[in-house]
Amino acid sequence: MNAPSAGTRSVIVEREMPHPPEKVWRALTEPHLIEAWLMQNDFKPVVDHRFNLRADWGAVDCQVTAVEPNRRLAYSWAAHGLESVVTWTLDPTSTGTHLRMEQSGFRPDQQQAYQGATGGWQRFFAALEQVLAR
Amino acid sequence: MPDTHDALFRSLADPTRRAIFERLCREGEQTVGGLTAQSGVSQPAVSKHLSILKHAGLVRGRHEGRQTRYSAQLGALAPLVDWTSQMAGFWQSRFDQLESLLKGMDQ
Repeated sequence: MNAPSAGTRSVIVEREMPHPPEKVWRALTEPHLIEAWLMQNDFKPVVDHRFNLRADWGAVDCQVTAVEPNRRLAYSWAAHGLESVVTWTLDPTSTGTHLRMEQSGFRPDQQQAYQGATGGWQRFFAALEQVLAR
Repeated sequence: MPDTHDALFRSLADPTRRAIFERLCREGEQTVGGLTAQSGVSQPAVSKHLSILKHAGLVRGRHEGRQTRYSAQLGALAPLVDWTSQMAGFWQSRFDQLESLLKGMDQ
């Protein structure tokens, strides 16, 4: 692929957490805590470690790309043909932590997945069918 | 959920209809006859599925002589594949859960 282009998009969610960065870091990096707010996982805070996030609708393939304790955490995120990078940034504030999540790397060709009937779509539609059947 | 989403979701929830749509995505324009040959259902049934797909904006018919050729309209899938808005909603809800987890954690 080419270098990141102007067409690359990202999702950013930020929130003030009234808790110290060390505590927020634990919630982001300890598997049993990650499971409580995100998904089942076999995460380890080790660069290059590959792990899965699992939910009833499918799995996300991830690999750790950056670990700076209490400061920054990044991992790749691949699911349903969507490849991106999730980066967490923790900034200490007078009342706790400013937590920022950026998921980047959405390309225009992922906006309208023209692959038609590829595996990602089949899984996506299968999940959709189950939701509609409830 | 807006009506257009509703029509889109409903039209793709049926496996036979989805197979027809996927085939149009993969193989390009087809006639009702061509689609019937591989669908395992009758021609009137295929026509009915095509009209539902057309109503959802997923398929367009083009007259050529006495035949109509159908093609997939991938742009109609945009509401389903706007990954950025889907993921934004996903992360907002996860932040909510993270916040309540932190509240319950000691230290």
